[in-house]
Amino acid sequence: MLEYPFLEQLKRAFAIAKKNLRIYYKSGPVLIFGLITPCFFFLAFFIGRNLPIQQLFTGLIGMTIFFSSMSIGPAIVPFEARSRTLERLVSTPVSVWALLLGDVIASFLYGLLVTIIPVTIGLVSGVSIIHPLILCLGIFFAAFCFASFGILLSAYPPTDVPSTVMMTSTLVKFPLVFISGIFIPIWEMHDWQRILASFSPLTYFTDLVNYCTQGTSYYSVFVDFAALIGFTLLFLTVAIKIHEKTLPKRL
Amino acid sequence: MEHAIEVKDLTKNYGEITAVNHINFEVRKKEIFGFLGPNGAGKTTTIRILTGVIKPDGGTATIMGHNILKEPLKAKQIISVVPEMANAYINLTAWQNLMLIGELYGVPKKVRQERARHLLRDFKLFERRKHLARGFSKGMKQKLILCMALLTEPQVLFLDEPTSGLDVESARLIRDTIRQYNRDGTTIFLSTHNMEEANRLCDRIAIINHGEIAAIDNPESLRMKSSTLKSVEVSFNKSVSVNELPKNANVTEAKKIGDKIKLYTDEPHSVINSIIDYARSQDLKIISLNTLAPTLEDVFIKLVREYKGD
Repeated sequence: MLEYPFLEQLKRAFAIAKKNLRIYYKSGPVLIFGLITPCFFFLAFFIGRNLPIQQLFTGLIGMTIFFSSMSIGPAIVPFEARSRTLERLVSTPVSVWALLLGDVIASFLYGLLVTIIPVTIGLVSGVSIIHPLILCLGIFFAAFCFASFGILLSAYPPTDVPSTVMMTSTLVKFPLVFISGIFIPIWEMHDWQRILASFSPLTYFTDLVNYCTQGTSYYSVFVDFAALIGFTLLFLTVAIKIHEKTLPKRL
Repeated sequence: MEHAIEVKDLTKNYGEITAVNHINFEVRKKEIFGFLGPNGAGKTTTIRILTGVIKPDGGTATIMGHNILKEPLKAKQIISVVPEMANAYINLTAWQNLMLIGELYGVPKKVRQERARHLLRDFKLFERRKHLARGFSKGMKQKLILCMALLTEPQVLFLDEPTSGLDVESARLIRDTIRQYNRDGTTIFLSTHNMEEANRLCDRIAIINHGEIAAIDNPESLRMKSSTLKSVEVSFNKSVSVNELPKNANVTEAKKIGDKIKLYTDEPHSVINSIIDYARSQDLKIISLNTLAPTLEDVFIKLVREYKGD
């Protein structure tokens, strides 16, 4: 059973992801922060502003994937600590990285599924997608990146109160939406704003969507993908390190 | 390798509080090892270290030769645990809970399904297998958690207060299961408050107090070591208080328990004679008179008190 530890751990990560999806996809915080929040954001900032459909699409898909991919992850660990299932889970032969990867995969799949909605709305509304393959790849990498970000946000403080983590992550998520090229395209930003935007992974996804729908982007496609992958690796590495230290404090 | 568990100099601090203080013990293969102690003695902390949930600040612990710090996955693969404060996933069905554990331990699908069916039937949960654990009673949840632990057929099974708060029938079922799995070769590490349970189940017992091991032996030897805890229990046809009985230098402690008086002594013969003399002089009829060996509970309380310096 342990002949191929990495593959075996990967299988166990998928088992955890399956469990997470079964339990958390319809929980209150996930529905509020994953579905309702991006809808309200979209309605509040775009309706009545007479923006071109392509820019509306960028905003809608950007906010949806960002919020939905980050909605399950932060809730899982505190929920498990509170419902007294975390200790049982930690005592199983599953590495911390595999355990967290299971949480990331669940968030990632949830983000992917929810993002189908704005993509469908865009297509029905007449948005033309010039580079469909790149858009699909972008959604894939972005969902994984934001899901990893969600797991990082749940690492500290080591609480068993899900609402504490959700509030903390909201404090980080909301400002990022404003500086990531959703409301003001990157090329229209001031220099200092662009520098700020470069620290947000969402910037690179909105840039990719602009490329796929309008044919123009601020960064090259290569830079956008490299940034998303780089942020993912950074988030995962830091999340694993912090969770390794904070997990016992939650028990 | 003679021992299933080897603990050397294990230490764990929480701030300034030492929860486990340089403890040493071994658990032999295929034995039921009892781990007793008052609340806050360090039982759960020890189990959490041995099951890889928390890391010790010092010392080593090996499970079947695997160091829990250096080879945690190999050690965890061969153990299972029923934690004291654990819960099954209440938003999953009994069946889904079992399948999840099977997957986390890499048990092949057909094997885990077969074992799950078998266990659920044994624990009378098969008819409820498609029900969410949310609707289960405490006893049913505890049986489900035990099923989850047994699904992996562990070499070493850790049980932290497994019968706490259960009805008599459920507790007996769990004790019978522990015996059966032990007969089949599973080493059992049992933490319990229930002295009678420890006495009837365990091959050896360790008593832990304030993070230190106060004694390790088999239940009978522990009892025999405490000769001062022998007692004489007497009841009369009329109510008699402890103070009314004549003073006897051989009685170390006397207490009234219901309609009986219990006199602790290492000289039961002398105490019996004085009781008979007292009954004659007061024209009392002796309803019952028994000499009792110390119970495990007596030994436990004595050891805990000795530590406190009472």
